[in-house]
Amino acid sequence: MSGVGDKIALRHGAGGPAMRQLVETLFAGAAPAGPDVVGLDALDDGAALRVGDRWLVFTTDSHVVTPPFFAGGDIGRLAICGTVNDLAMMGAVVPLGLSLAMVLEEGFALADLERIRDSITAACREAGTRILTGDTKVMGRGEIDGVVLNTTGLGFADRLVRDDGLRAGDVILVTGTIGDHGLAVLAQRHGLDVGAALRSDVSPLNGLVAAALAAGGAGIVAMKDPTRGGVASALTEMAHKAGVGVVLEEAALPVRPAVRAASELLGIDPLLVANEGKALLGVRAVDEKAVLEALHTHPLGRDACRIGRCVAEPARRVVLDTGFGRRLVLEPDGELLPRIC
Amino acid sequence: MLTELPTTRGASLQFRDPARARALLAAIERLTADRAGGAPLSIMHVCGSHEQAIARFGLRAVLPPTLQVIMGPGCPVCVTDAPEVDEAVALAEAGLRVASYGDMLRVPGSGRSLDDARADGARVEVVYGVAEALTAAQAAPDEPLVFFASGFETTAVATAAVLLRKPPPNFLVLSAHKYIPPVMEIVAEMPHTRVEGFLAAGHAAAITGYGVFEPFVARHRIPVVVGGFEPLDLLAGFAKLAELARDGEARVVNAFPRLVSRDGNRRAQQQLWRVFEPVGGQWRGIARVPNGNLRLRPEFAGHDARRRFAALLAAAPPARLAPRSDECRCGDILSGSASPRDCALFGAPCTPAQPVGACMVSSEGTCRIWHEYGGIPRLEIHEAPS
Repeated sequence: MSGVGDKIALRHGAGGPAMRQLVETLFAGAAPAGPDVVGLDALDDGAALRVGDRWLVFTTDSHVVTPPFFAGGDIGRLAICGTVNDLAMMGAVVPLGLSLAMVLEEGFALADLERIRDSITAACREAGTRILTGDTKVMGRGEIDGVVLNTTGLGFADRLVRDDGLRAGDVILVTGTIGDHGLAVLAQRHGLDVGAALRSDVSPLNGLVAAALAAGGAGIVAMKDPTRGGVASALTEMAHKAGVGVVLEEAALPVRPAVRAASELLGIDPLLVANEGKALLGVRAVDEKAVLEALHTHPLGRDACRIGRCVAEPARRVVLDTGFGRRLVLEPDGELLPRIC
Repeated sequence: MLTELPTTRGASLQFRDPARARALLAAIERLTADRAGGAPLSIMHVCGSHEQAIARFGLRAVLPPTLQVIMGPGCPVCVTDAPEVDEAVALAEAGLRVASYGDMLRVPGSGRSLDDARADGARVEVVYGVAEALTAAQAAPDEPLVFFASGFETTAVATAAVLLRKPPPNFLVLSAHKYIPPVMEIVAEMPHTRVEGFLAAGHAAAITGYGVFEPFVARHRIPVVVGGFEPLDLLAGFAKLAELARDGEARVVNAFPRLVSRDGNRRAQQQLWRVFEPVGGQWRGIARVPNGNLRLRPEFAGHDARRRFAALLAAAPPARLAPRSDECRCGDILSGSASPRDCALFGAPCTPAQPVGACMVSSEGTCRIWHEYGGIPRLEIHEAPS
């Protein structure tokens, strides 16, 4: 396993190049999926199988987060929204149902589990879906850290939206403020008290995406939710797959003041941290206005805006115009660490 | 609803005004336009936070070609030498709790980093600062916690303040703290140095005072400007250095007066020198720097991980120098007299995963940037396929 190393490190799960390299190395032999299947080789948000004139999308996601309860949400809400959003990013905005597997540590407080259950129920209601099946395992004390959740979801898409459809001239929209989830969790982990304004954005996006798709139709050419690795990772992947460049305007990036403050204190760029209730949309320029108007009518899309555009060169790169100059936006490789120097 | 707060679109801060930035860039261009011999003006900053700000705001893409800004030995993580990392790794692998700043984790020692040790089960914890390490020690008073302390005057003062407040006996410090003024002498005395001005770090000078640079300027006849970290601070600092260089004026200018005074923070200086003593030591890929390393004084032996675990550290396998490290050109690159392409190690064996010299360690290091982008990216944008 050249380049991967002989042991798994945390960076192999961080959503960046190390993780892609690991997956590609482990599953390099996987056959291309064929015309009626979007499979593992596509490394998209989920898989899709053609069924009649529609696509059955399915996706799975395991959730670990420290701390399990954070400002604005908890691991239960995260587990539901993560899978609902992965379905939505491929155009499946009506989830047929979810599975939920729980792995619990011996000694985990029942009251905490009930809190997580309540939050799962509430998130399912918001997303208009249900848990249809599940599984429970308990491991010995110290063998696992508290609670791990896995969710799998199914849904139909009338039109499959992939993450590789960008071309020069398209615009990049974001459905709201960036950096909220990642910085809320990081600040809490490092005991940084920046007040109640720093909250995770974890939310199910299927309703919002449905509104955008209804307005934009085939003009929405690519979607991705910027979770681990943030906007930087998601756009880098989209630019790579499509062979285009993306130019972001820093002055257009919507960032809450509390998020900006925490990011400057910790030395962590809001472009690099996870969002759990935002989507990036690649849209043909002629459809930008209609899509933005549709997003603005939805409560989760009030801060939606254009943050950048696709260009021919530099291909496969994301460039940030800071207003002072330009720099490349690199996706993070490994966990985000507060810097000293 | 999460959306009730007003949201900033971009920067509206006083020190982030793009129009004033353009005016300063024009001034820099004017001040460096008529240089004898046509060589660009080379100035050096000695601070990772300066490089971070330059990179973050994309300033290199818009500086005129007549100004070359060199990243000096100012990133404490980069210049932490392999044997210092080896000590931390040895303590972690011996089963001790080790806490450090996040960006220290990936810095390789002679063989391994703290991150590698952690993957093998060692208890390595990321802390945001010394206070968080102290809290971790207080929470588990029965076992030692080693804080692997790096950074310059700025962070050393914070470590000193904690040690002066009688921390619990299980709180130990493995100091890799370093002191900047002596390394400026090293750079100024490098035989091929082309550095015509230094931008000194505003936060460090807030402690030492800008007066600390006056003897240096008198000795080497090179101007020093103390600068801040906002884009306009940086550009104003560059413009001032360009002006001083054009006029042949060697003096110290304080371009960060909202924080820096001539005398600095005397109380912080007292605390720093009560706890630490300067000793000579190797800076990775640069040189042995007399008085460049800060070590705990004997009065703090009880909290000094080097003394407390001397036997354990002595038993650890001896540090090996990275292969061919004698060929490393970091010193020349940092002095502005060579580019990464002039180095035989660049790309192989020296890579971001296995760096030999300081310039390949940090994501802001010159060699690292060249390695990632094949040279300094011009970032020309073409809207449509040609």
